[in-house]
This record gives sequence, C-alpha cells and structure tokens, in this order.
Amino acid sequence: MSFDWEFALQILPDLLEAFVRITLLVTVVGSLTAAVLGLVWAIGLRSLPAWVGRPLSFVLDFIRMTPLPIQLLFVYYTFNNLSALSVGIIVIGVHYSTYMAESYRAGIESIRKGQWEAATALSLPPHRTWRAVILPQALRATLPSLGNWAIAMFKDTPFLIVIAVPELVTEAKEIGGRTFSYVEPFTLAGLIFLVASYPTAVLMRKLENRLAY
Amino acid sequence: MIRFEDVVKKFGDTTVLEGLSFAVERGERVTLIGPSGSGKTTILRLLMTLEHLTDGFIYVDGDPLTHELRGGKRVERRPKDVTRIRRRIGMVFQQFNLFPNMTVIDNITEAPVHVLGQSREEARQRAHALLDQVGLKHRAGAHPMELSGGQQQRVAIARALAMDPEVLLLDEVTSALDPELVNDVLEVLREVARTTDITMLIVTHEMQFARDVSNRVLMFDHGHILEEAAPDVMFTSPEHERTRQFLQAIL
Amino acid sequence: MTDFLDTLTAAAPRLWEATLVTLQLSVGGAAVAFVVAVLLGLASLSGVALVRGTSRVVVEFFRGTSLVVQLFWLFFVLPQLGVDLPSMTTGILALGLNYGAYGSEVVRGSINAVPKGQWETTVALSMSPVTTMRRVIWPQAWALMLPGLNNLLIMLIKGSALAGFIFLQDLTFVTDQLRRTTDTFVAFGIGMVIYYLIALGASGVLRWLERRAQRRLGLAPPTRRERIRQNAETARLQGTGAVGAPAGGGAAGAPTGGGAP
Repeated sequence: MSFDWEFALQILPDLLEAFVRITLLVTVVGSLTAAVLGLVWAIGLRSLPAWVGRPLSFVLDFIRMTPLPIQLLFVYYTFNNLSALSVGIIVIGVHYSTYMAESYRAGIESIRKGQWEAATALSLPPHRTWRAVILPQALRATLPSLGNWAIAMFKDTPFLIVIAVPELVTEAKEIGGRTFSYVEPFTLAGLIFLVASYPTAVLMRKLENRLAY
Repeated sequence: MIRFEDVVKKFGDTTVLEGLSFAVERGERVTLIGPSGSGKTTILRLLMTLEHLTDGFIYVDGDPLTHELRGGKRVERRPKDVTRIRRRIGMVFQQFNLFPNMTVIDNITEAPVHVLGQSREEARQRAHALLDQVGLKHRAGAHPMELSGGQQQRVAIARALAMDPEVLLLDEVTSALDPELVNDVLEVLREVARTTDITMLIVTHEMQFARDVSNRVLMFDHGHILEEAAPDVMFTSPEHERTRQFLQAIL
Repeated sequence: MTDFLDTLTAAAPRLWEATLVTLQLSVGGAAVAFVVAVLLGLASLSGVALVRGTSRVVVEFFRGTSLVVQLFWLFFVLPQLGVDLPSMTTGILALGLNYGAYGSEVVRGSINAVPKGQWETTVALSMSPVTTMRRVIWPQAWALMLPGLNNLLIMLIKGSALAGFIFLQDLTFVTDQLRRTTDTFVAFGIGMVIYYLIALGASGVLRWLERRAQRRLGLAPPTRRERIRQNAETARLQGTGAVGAPAGGGAAGAPTGGGAP
C-alpha cells in the first residue's frame, strides 16, 4: 500500500471545495462571532454587578471546560430546526468566545490604572472612557491573541464531523469509507491544514512582534 | 595571576575593548573605574567566560583561558579545559542572582556538592561558617525572597567564597542596593580582603571602599587604560583631566 | 424528578465505564504529551542546529495539521500501512503527540523566561549543563510553565471527546447513546457536568502544583508545615533553639503564561 498520486489528484478538487465552502466559512463566521461575543463577555464581566457577573463567569468557564463535540451534539438535538452548519458555526463561535473573552480581559487589564484615572479626572462618561480610551489600547494588545485563537478554531473545525457538517475532514473520511483507501484523503487533509495554518501562524507572530510596544 | 593580552571585544559593530593588555599579580586587589560603557564590566565578564572573546588571549596563572596559540594559530580551547581553569575564578553580580528555588544554605552548598564533589555535611559546615562570617547565620533556612537586597548580596558573597576561588570578581556589587544597605556588604568584603589572599578584580563606584581594599586602580576610558596608580595617588592627584572630571562627577 | 433519578441509576454503570475510558485517554495522553513536550522543548533550545531544526519541524507539523486529522490518520491509515494499534493506544498517541507539540512551546518559553543572571551564575559556579538545568533552571521554569500546561491539559481532555470515532465508548459516545433512550437535556446535562468535574479536578491538581512550585521560589507564603520544617532546619544548623524566620513572602503571581496555543 503506497501513496497513489493519481487518486490523490482525482479527489483533491472535492477536498478543496469542502475546505473552501465549509471549513473556511465556519472559521471566518465563527471567528467573527467569537470576537464580538468575547468582547461582550469581557466588558460585561467588568461592568456588570456581581449577581449577574458571577453566574456569567461560571457559564463561560463551564463552556470553556467542556468538549466541543458534546456541545455540538447537545445544541444540534435541542434545536432540531437549525441546520447542522448553523449549529456548527454558532457552537464553535460561542465556545471560542469564552477563550477570546480571556484575551480581551488580559488586554483590558494591561491598560495602566492611570488611564482610567485620567478619564475620570476629565469626567468622561463610561461609554467614552471605553470607546475612546480603553478599547483602542486594549484591542491593540489583544489582536495577536485573537488571531491565534482564530487559528486554533480553524484547526478545531473538524470536530464538526460529529454533527456531519461536510467540512474537509468529514469529506476525507467519506471518500475513505467509499473507496477503502484512507491514505490519500487524510494525508491531503492534513497537508491542506498545514499549508493554510502555517503561514497564518507565522503572520500572526510577525504581527505580534510589530504590535508589541 | 591574570594576564590580558591584546584583548579585543566587539558587540556587533561596536568595539568595546581594542587590544587591551594588563596583568594582575597573585593576591593583588585591583579596582577598575571609568565612565559607563568604558568596558570595565566587560573585562570581568570575559574573565568569567560570560562573553565570547573576539580576539586576543586571557591567561590565568599562565594557562590560556578560552583561546590558545597552537601551531601559530589562535584556536578555542576545549570546554573541559575552560571549565577546569574557570573553576579557580568566582564572581559576585550586581543583581545577586541567588537561586530562588533554594534556601540560603542550599544556595551556598549547591556548587561545592555538585561541582567540587564535597560531601553534603562538609559543604554544610563550610556554608555555615561562611554565613557566620557574613552575619547571616540565623537565616540559613530562609528563602532568598525573604531577605533584603543587602542580605541577598551577602549570601551571594558567601556562595562565591564557598568555591574557594583564587580570583574573585566583584561587579558593581552594591549598585542595586538601597543606600542604607551598602555598608554591611562592603564591611563583609573588607573583612574578606583583610583575612584572605584572594586576588580581586573590583568594579565599583564606592571610592572609599576602593581606597580601603585595593592596591591599584585602573582608570578606563573607551576600552583603554587611561592611567593607573595606587588609590591614594589616583584619588588625590590624577594625571589626566578626564580622570579628574570622572572622579568629580561621582564623588 | 423520579424519572431523572431512575434514568441516572439505570445509566450509572455505563456512564462510569465511559468516564473511565475518558480518564484513561486523558491521563495517558497527558503523560505522553508531557514527555513529548519536555523532549521537544529541550531540543528546541539545543546548541546543535540540526537538533533544533528537527524539533522545530516536528512541532510545526503537529501544530499545523489538526488533532482530528492526526487521530484519523493514525487510526485509519496506519493499519493500511501495516501498523495495527489498539484504539486506546491510538487515541493516547494522537492526544500525546498533538498536545506535546503545543506543550513544547510552553516548556521552551518558560525556560527562556528564567532570568539571564541565573544562567550566568551557574557559569560563575562552574556547574555542568545537566546540573544547571536540573537544579537551577528547571525548578524555576517549572513554576512558569504550569499555567500554560494547565490550559493545554483542559484542551487535551476536551480533545478526547472524539474517541467515539475510533470505536472507543467514551463519555461523549455514551452520552449520545443515552440521549436516544432519555431526554436530550438530561443526557447531555449529565455528560457535560462529568466533563466539567474532570476538567475542574485536573486543573485543580495543576494549580496545586503551581502553588507548590511558587512557594519553593518564595513567591507565595509557605504553608504552616513548610514553615515548621524551615524553622527546624534553621534550629538544627544553629544547634540552638528555633529562631522564628519571619516569612516575608514577596509579591505572589508569576507571569501567567498560556494564552492561545
């Protein structure tokens, strides 16, 4: 049994299609969802009163500490009017929003106390303090970390196989099951991930170095 | 005891030392002074092999330290040889650098046990005597973090002495200390100077201390020895205008 | 409520079995991952360019190709290449290699984060490389790497949830089966709570290790028992009565590593 180049070439278009149409879609929409929700959680945890903040913090911890597959199955069977793809995007987005919330929190905490005090001294209302002073600085510090989480999410998209979303690895497994030849589809799937994620990771590292004060 | 021969040290494009030669006799105490960036600390770090020697030779008791001439060519010595010679030299750092994962006594016994192969009990007894000498007998079981800077530095001195060095390098050992802690540390070092014949190379801004312990002062400027003299001469009637300015600025 | 309890009682033995499978995968995976992380981490700091380069390539490969792909590759492709491993071994190997690669970055970063002065002092004391690493650098790096390893351990436990696809009856698989016979909410509720507890326990163990490591560095106040031992040590050395060593205890809180893998 060895690597069949002809077969590999033959299945490559299908794999790439699944990759572009599903995997990338889930990654992009999921990352945006996570980035927005994460910011909401982070600001919420800082400004909400403890009786809301504490339960929220517990829920976020709970989501972060339980596996994606079981969350996917749970939401998929609970809301059976939603398509598998929507469930996949929502669940992976919410899951990673709990991680991104931590990144935002770290970014916000990295702002020196003097900045808050200066805003208070100028009698800025809270929304101006956040929008004009804190967030622009915090986001700059947070951006590389968000990028890294997006890459992590990208590599977790194959978990969507549990609810049969036809992303790259699901497609590869399907081809393998049909042709009884797993070497080519899974090897190609791995390579596609590697080719897509490595340059992005290098780019993130560059960004990280450039944004570092 | 120590001889620098045409020593060159470059950091990238910057040349810190250019063809420096000088010698220190056994038992001598030599203080290096000069403006920052003049290469004093680099000399100590080269001697401790913390920096790579760009060119030239350093001899310890006639034995080449990092590079030697073999067949007319300058070659690096084997790590084993470097280690053997380096073992005769000890150093106390500006930032103390105690090991935070060990108690005071373990900081002192670590190298004697693991490098010199002393028995644990032997090393402990010695460490204990040294702690007594630096006035910290009661803190043997403490963690470095629980000590003041001055106490940490005194432990660091005891740690260096536990290796029985023939040469002791003191690199601005009081510069990181609060002013009120400086004297305890210097007193300990005066005592070491009085009671041992360890060769010392000292980089310091404490001129009174330099005066008390050293036999000779070297004034550095831009990697060269501008002048050298006995401390009394150097501090009262230096030859060069540059030295006068420097001394005025720090006194 | 009685329904719920009945369901739970009936399902308990199978859930217990499934929990054991998940625990085996997690503990085995974590053990392999730790070894891989230390080996690759140390290799990435080697003075030999070839060793460093090899470690770099291996790490980037495992980080870049996704855990799921690696798991499936080991499980479906290896047998076709003539290597037939039991499912459990495959699962442990995939988890261990993948998270070991991530862990090596934590190990490397933590060792690099030990202040330069510590390395220089070991030179001044003529310590051998092995003594330097074992006695001085590692104990300090260890305290720095635990928060990062903690994050990765949680991810590894979560990553084990795909074991159903390699025919292991793990917690996620059994939970999904339970759903068919009971209510979705009940089944997944139970499953997720068990995962949460496992993760909480694992994370607690690592935090305990972290506090212990920090105490050794004097970064956190010593516990009462440690204080007693310390005083006894001082007393023994002095051959006099115990002298209360006032514990200063510097500011706690090592830089929390971790963040995104």
